[in-house]
Amino acid sequence: MNTPLDEPTTRVRIEVNGQPVLRDVACRKHLSDFLRDDCGLKGSHLGCEHGVCGACTVRLDGRIVRGCLVLAAQASGHRVETVESATPGLRLKALQDAFVEYNALQCGYCTPGMLMAALDLVERRPDADREQVRMWISGNYCRCTGYHAIVDAVCAVLDLQRVGAFAAEPLPQVNP
Amino acid sequence: MKSQAFDYVRAESAQHALALLAQHGDDARVLAGGQTLLASLGMRLAQPSLLVDIGDLTDLAGISVDHGVLRIGALTRHVEIEESPLVALHAPLLAQAAPHIAHRAIRNRGTFGGALAYADPAAEWPACVLALGGTLVLLGAGGERRVAADDFFRGLFSTARRDDELLLACELPLLAAGERQRFSELARRQGDYAIAGLAARAVVQGSQLSQLRLAWLSLGDRPLRSRAAEQVLQGGPLSAQRIADAEAALRAELSPFADLTHSAAAKLQMAATLLRRAVANLTRDPA
Repeated sequence: MNTPLDEPTTRVRIEVNGQPVLRDVACRKHLSDFLRDDCGLKGSHLGCEHGVCGACTVRLDGRIVRGCLVLAAQASGHRVETVESATPGLRLKALQDAFVEYNALQCGYCTPGMLMAALDLVERRPDADREQVRMWISGNYCRCTGYHAIVDAVCAVLDLQRVGAFAAEPLPQVNP
Repeated sequence: MKSQAFDYVRAESAQHALALLAQHGDDARVLAGGQTLLASLGMRLAQPSLLVDIGDLTDLAGISVDHGVLRIGALTRHVEIEESPLVALHAPLLAQAAPHIAHRAIRNRGTFGGALAYADPAAEWPACVLALGGTLVLLGAGGERRVAADDFFRGLFSTARRDDELLLACELPLLAAGERQRFSELARRQGDYAIAGLAARAVVQGSQLSQLRLAWLSLGDRPLRSRAAEQVLQGGPLSAQRIADAEAALRAELSPFADLTHSAAAKLQMAATLLRRAVANLTRDPA
């Protein structure tokens, strides 16, 4: 193997939370390091850094992905949303409130990834039942709560959505 | 989990990708969804000097029915297969298997072709394609060639694809009249790699199975068919004795390796259980 002795870089242009960002980055840099180090967005966390824990979950072109399993170079020309972006959205705000109300976090390390996965579920699976919530967040590890409180919080937000609490923000037309 | 340094090129066409592969040989790796490759680079299990990103080759993505086959492009993401009406209609085995692949965020990104080309013996797609008797379409400098799934998987992470070839697509026969397909696997947790798994298809008439194909995952160095068990099960009407004989044949022809948490004997026991469940499931009349 001829491993390069230098550090090859590439220019990326990524829409991050609605803002175009232009940077020169190492080819090997993954999206989470790009967001944290090059964009100053510390919301997405790195737990395992090999695609197991889900703490780095962000949305790429509207779908949740592992930030640690996408290169910044691959995301060039694409749209990224992090937990910071969605804060003003009614659904994410409701999820954050529910996480507090139901004690769905303790140390909070998994919370940004949980919130992004849960937001994706609330938007794409408005009819999800408790079992489907568990399946959807099965890729996000929490070492504190035992998950019940997280599932409670997500189900509470789904209930709110069903009674029209987010009617002011209709769901975007998304693929299932 | 930081990779060693590498260079990155986004291929502009399949020909561009092939030229880069020809030029860099074993120093280059094809990057599709990256859900396995980037993790293994992070763990430094591989240290290529160049990644050839084929993510922009949109011709390689998509699901269609053409000339009596279901064609799934190599860049089709797992989630697209999971949610495809064409797959549900013509290859329900894949729709059943998809939810077992890792987790939603991984399925949004990982690709069908990537999983087939990587040929992890614990992966779902290779066993499904083997069970369905699929055909892999490869592109090289000399043009396209087709390889039957039975000949494609050669060993641990090893396939008939040459280093300078790209996997373009997989073609699958359409679900036939009377055909049933069943996927099941046993894993410690949702989304974990299977301890044992079975992709099965058969034409069912009463209690008689024909054109049966049983493809196993996580039970060898590659996805494996159990031809002896297939043969026993198709020898006549199903009976308790025939199923017991098939189980004995299965135990004789599989020789799984132990993994970190399961002995070879435990895996074999699980395979036998999956076989019995699959037979019951295939012959149960759809509600």
